[in-house]
Amino acid sequence: MAEGMRVDPVTLAVIQAGLQQACDEMDLSFSRAAFSPVIAEADDRSDGIYSAEDGSLIAQGSRGLPVFVGTMQFSTRHLIERIAAGLTGAPEAGDIYIVNDPYLGGTHLMDVRFAMPFYRDGRIFCWLSNTGHWPDTGGAVPGGFSASAISAEQEGLRLPPVKLFKRGAMDREIWQIICSNIRVSDQRIGDVKAQAAALLVGAGRLAAILDRYGDATVTAAIAAMREMAARQMAAHLALIPAGTYRATAIVDSDGVVNEPLTIALTVTRAGGRLMFDFSGSSPPCAGPMNSVRATTFSAVYLAMRHIFPDVPMSAGAFEPFDIKGYTGTFLDAHYPRPVSGCAAEVSQRIAEAVFAALVQAIPDRVTAAPAGTSGNFGLGGHDPERDRDYVMYQISGGGYGGNADHDGLSNGCSTIGISKAPPVEIMEQAYPVLYRRYGLHEGSAGAGEHRGGFGLDYEIELLRGHARASFVMDHGRVGPQGALGGGDGGVNRVEIVRRGGTFVPEHLSKAQDIPLAPGDRVRVRTPGGGGFGDPARRDPARVAEDVRLGRYSAAEAARLFPGWTAGGV
Amino acid sequence: MAGLVAGVDVGGTFTDLVICDPSSGAVRLAKVPTTPDNQAGGVLAALGAAGADMAALDLIVHGTTTTTNALLERKLARTGLITTAGFRDVLELGRRTRPRAYGMTGTFTPVIPRDLRLEVAERMDARGRVLTPLDEAAVAAAARRLLAEGCESLVIHFLHSYANPAHERRAAEIARALWPNGHVTCGHMLLSESREYERGVTAAVNAAVQPILERYVARLADDLAGRGYRHDLLVMNGNGGMVAARAVGREAVKTVMSGPASGVMAAVCIGRRAGLENLVTYDMGGTSTDVAMIRGGRVPVSNEIEIEYAMPIHVPMVDVRTVGAGGGSIARVDAGGMLRVGPDSAGSRPGPICYGLGGGEPTISDANALLGRLSPGRFGQALDRVRLTFANGIGAPLGLTAERAAEAVLTLANIHMAGALRMVSISVGADPRDFTLFAFGGAGPLHATALARELAIPRVLVPARPGLTNALGCVVADLRHDFVRTLNRPLDQADMDEVRAIWAAQEAEGRRLIGDGRVGPAEIRAEFSADMQFVGQTHLLRVALPGGIPDRAALQQAFERAYFDRFRVDLATIRANLVNLNCSVIGRRPEIDLSRLIDPGGRRASLAAARTGTRPVWFDGWRETPVYRRDHLPADAAFRGPAVVEQMDTTIVIEPPDAVATDGEGNLLITIGGADG
Repeated sequence: MAEGMRVDPVTLAVIQAGLQQACDEMDLSFSRAAFSPVIAEADDRSDGIYSAEDGSLIAQGSRGLPVFVGTMQFSTRHLIERIAAGLTGAPEAGDIYIVNDPYLGGTHLMDVRFAMPFYRDGRIFCWLSNTGHWPDTGGAVPGGFSASAISAEQEGLRLPPVKLFKRGAMDREIWQIICSNIRVSDQRIGDVKAQAAALLVGAGRLAAILDRYGDATVTAAIAAMREMAARQMAAHLALIPAGTYRATAIVDSDGVVNEPLTIALTVTRAGGRLMFDFSGSSPPCAGPMNSVRATTFSAVYLAMRHIFPDVPMSAGAFEPFDIKGYTGTFLDAHYPRPVSGCAAEVSQRIAEAVFAALVQAIPDRVTAAPAGTSGNFGLGGHDPERDRDYVMYQISGGGYGGNADHDGLSNGCSTIGISKAPPVEIMEQAYPVLYRRYGLHEGSAGAGEHRGGFGLDYEIELLRGHARASFVMDHGRVGPQGALGGGDGGVNRVEIVRRGGTFVPEHLSKAQDIPLAPGDRVRVRTPGGGGFGDPARRDPARVAEDVRLGRYSAAEAARLFPGWTAGGV
Repeated sequence: MAGLVAGVDVGGTFTDLVICDPSSGAVRLAKVPTTPDNQAGGVLAALGAAGADMAALDLIVHGTTTTTNALLERKLARTGLITTAGFRDVLELGRRTRPRAYGMTGTFTPVIPRDLRLEVAERMDARGRVLTPLDEAAVAAAARRLLAEGCESLVIHFLHSYANPAHERRAAEIARALWPNGHVTCGHMLLSESREYERGVTAAVNAAVQPILERYVARLADDLAGRGYRHDLLVMNGNGGMVAARAVGREAVKTVMSGPASGVMAAVCIGRRAGLENLVTYDMGGTSTDVAMIRGGRVPVSNEIEIEYAMPIHVPMVDVRTVGAGGGSIARVDAGGMLRVGPDSAGSRPGPICYGLGGGEPTISDANALLGRLSPGRFGQALDRVRLTFANGIGAPLGLTAERAAEAVLTLANIHMAGALRMVSISVGADPRDFTLFAFGGAGPLHATALARELAIPRVLVPARPGLTNALGCVVADLRHDFVRTLNRPLDQADMDEVRAIWAAQEAEGRRLIGDGRVGPAEIRAEFSADMQFVGQTHLLRVALPGGIPDRAALQQAFERAYFDRFRVDLATIRANLVNLNCSVIGRRPEIDLSRLIDPGGRRASLAAARTGTRPVWFDGWRETPVYRRDHLPADAAFRGPAVVEQMDTTIVIEPPDAVATDGEGNLLITIGGADG
């Protein structure tokens, strides 16, 4: 407890709920006022409160995108250190810093962070920070998801922490530098105002909490919350039988060199601690499938939060974890390695490795592997009917892993996201494309006593003008892994139909700037989830039901579920 | 129309009845157990219990959860789908979501199973131009096949039908010629907006509950006629309006959220009569709490309600949000030593410990019982178990006595509810000091003053019959028709003559529909609003237009003001987009005298005479607290907390130093005494 002060348990619980609500209100305010559909519709943003000393997480909004669990404590820590070292200007009340440098505790360049010092009696009491995914931050390709960048400069404008707001007023010169380096800059002012306003909402709520309970009490409560979250996580870890659990996850390729990348993970539970050792993972890669350390840590945090969702998000929840062995691997890339794939793809595969290791230990709490890709399909071109350029993104879901209680969900959201996919009708209103199909990826669910969920099968035709297609997906080589005897889910498939011929990209799930003409089509089938448990133990009636509904063909079912025959058992 | 009006509302546990005689103001009330298998049993029992003379009743308005339960339990009519080739799985795929942000599990059952979803060749583009003509023979073949499969209802749902419904209309024509009943729903009929999943689910739910609702109301109408009732049965809709029983099936999906809508209608009416037009309604029951925000006496309406995971119902409905906790929410101390309340609930079975139905985990209701806020006489021996559970399960790990532990549970529960309320009301730009908390439901009045204090809402209104509010909502409900028309154009390019013409046509159509009915309204008015955004945004902001149909400048100004009020952001440099033009035409029924909801004959001459005694109640320590009987309170009673007021259907706790006054309509108005308590 801070300086020996003890907060009564009721005040403690009340302060915790109050801080959580302040963060939730920031999340809500940010999304509702934002312009970027990535923030407004897809909730690709997060808000939180961070310690003044070292940036550690005090509270984070429960509606934030999961990939941001704990990330801003790294960027806030870097900011505090840079201020102390004189590399970044000293804070004053009303300042808001902007930063998107992946190597300073970030994710990819498109995730732009704001950080605001929160003052009490002339001293910084804590930091308020938020992250929003901007639709563009410059670089070689619109949107920033280059599948073949080989250096950070190709990925976009990189901002070290600088004050975008000084004593409450925006620095118009810095803003003009940013606007000159990003695409569709005219609407970004709306996002900037929304992002800053969300911090002010948080500051207002936080001030009310401090006024009501007193700064000393809140400070002591924050320390106690951290201890209690650590104790609670440790109590959960005690459910994991002591021992060592190994798993690997394979990334198809880095987009440049067509070789698989391996995430090798050894999880060891000893005492009240859990160690994650990434030794033996692949070295840094040439293409953009590198991860930065903050994202690698967050991927572990978010996987554990999927397993134990009730532990409050505070730095204490992560204290019982030791993460090591990443140095020298592609999970700890440094400048100028390209990193645009880390937040949307590599992070999910790290989570998959955590699931695959721990499902062996606590099978009643962990699922077989989910689809594990955001399924980014970008299309950029010119629409002659409207005489304008466009950049379209189609994200898509996939099957979830089977689990101890149920089959996996079909077409679930990415592991690291919570965003809905856009409706076909909205896409066709906005872009010169026609969807030929949007259906279940039949046969894709991994077999098991509880099978995986099914992926998605869609096909898009270009109607007019010329365009270029890019893909940043994964699981094209191997499907999401089954657990406890369950089969792997179906792989991700991309096919391009051009002038009568069909071809598959060399890197299977990644490609850039494939030219398309009117009438050309792109078909994408996303991964199914891994199966859970021995397929031979599946209730034959449920296999028959899937066959009757056409989710599996009779031949597939007979092959995947030993002992099952179409005529009955 | 001056005859007797009966409102009867079926809830999860009880069926409630209010009968009003507008000429004399006399009322009759009844509360009987709900009969889940056929709700008509409870309805008839309630009418019997109230001694209603069926032949004398002029109007029965009925709120039913028949369709809600059918949907949530998936006890639906067998329904088939005919849809655009390539898209039969839309209803199963959803929008790529999961039920909770954390936890990679969940299940989902589509309203229509895959083998009953058939595809036909046809295609429109996004502007409504035909790309592939409709294969009419395939439609007929599909309809025949679905009939052979035993389908009772049919949905026709084509891509972009909001832009051009010609294919849906033609397919429906073909199918209707073959279909043995009228249960054919087209996607564009209920709400003509883009988003194929939401429109498709709305249509599918409509079709799947339609036969169930029609059978139910037909049988009930027969039963009522058999007992001498001679007039129309009206059924409550989720938009707060009511529809004739014979017509309700066509848009059956609109009844899915009708229960909570009735409560809001009652709140609007009671508030208006009390001179309070800004209300936050707070309906706390055993398993959940519903809230809504009423500004300027206007019923809040939303087109985007999600009734459960991945089950969006996109028709205009009263905007009521379920915010979680109810009296059955379970308290515990987690492994880290932190006190938690919810999200797990003991529900009504096994329920809280104090009700002695087998519950063993401490709940919010148990905390109220232990602290004397609920009458201990109701619980007997069970209270000892409650005390022991709080002492050992909550108190011991926190170092608190049983009473302090129970107090802590209530404090934390109130903080959670206040936070949830703030998210859906005050955090959207309203100043709490302008509002009154309208507390009802079985448990609402127990927590209302503490909650108001937490939210800085200065007043609480507890209506005369908190446990019969939904039935009262049926009695006072309006006739109502809602219209939405999508324009989606920058405001500076919109043809304002066209805009005015659309709004005028909506109003005229609404007035015509209301004029057709037998129920004569006292007044018909139109409420206009616009859904707007800045160009480039995806979210919409609903801009109320209380001044009637505006010109361009007034619309721009109203939008900018609404946007600033909501977000505190000024974006004057960005153009505004006019997306939807909305109009609600509301026929207000003749004012009903509510002053006798509590029988004036029962009122005592003095406050002292209304007092039934005292009992120890915990307010930061035990205090001997006066207990009053609600229906004995004088019409002009005024007193301060601590006090407890008891009545048949609820208990009201007044904390010190809050001040209570009663009014002529039997409302309790509580002025929150201190500032931040």
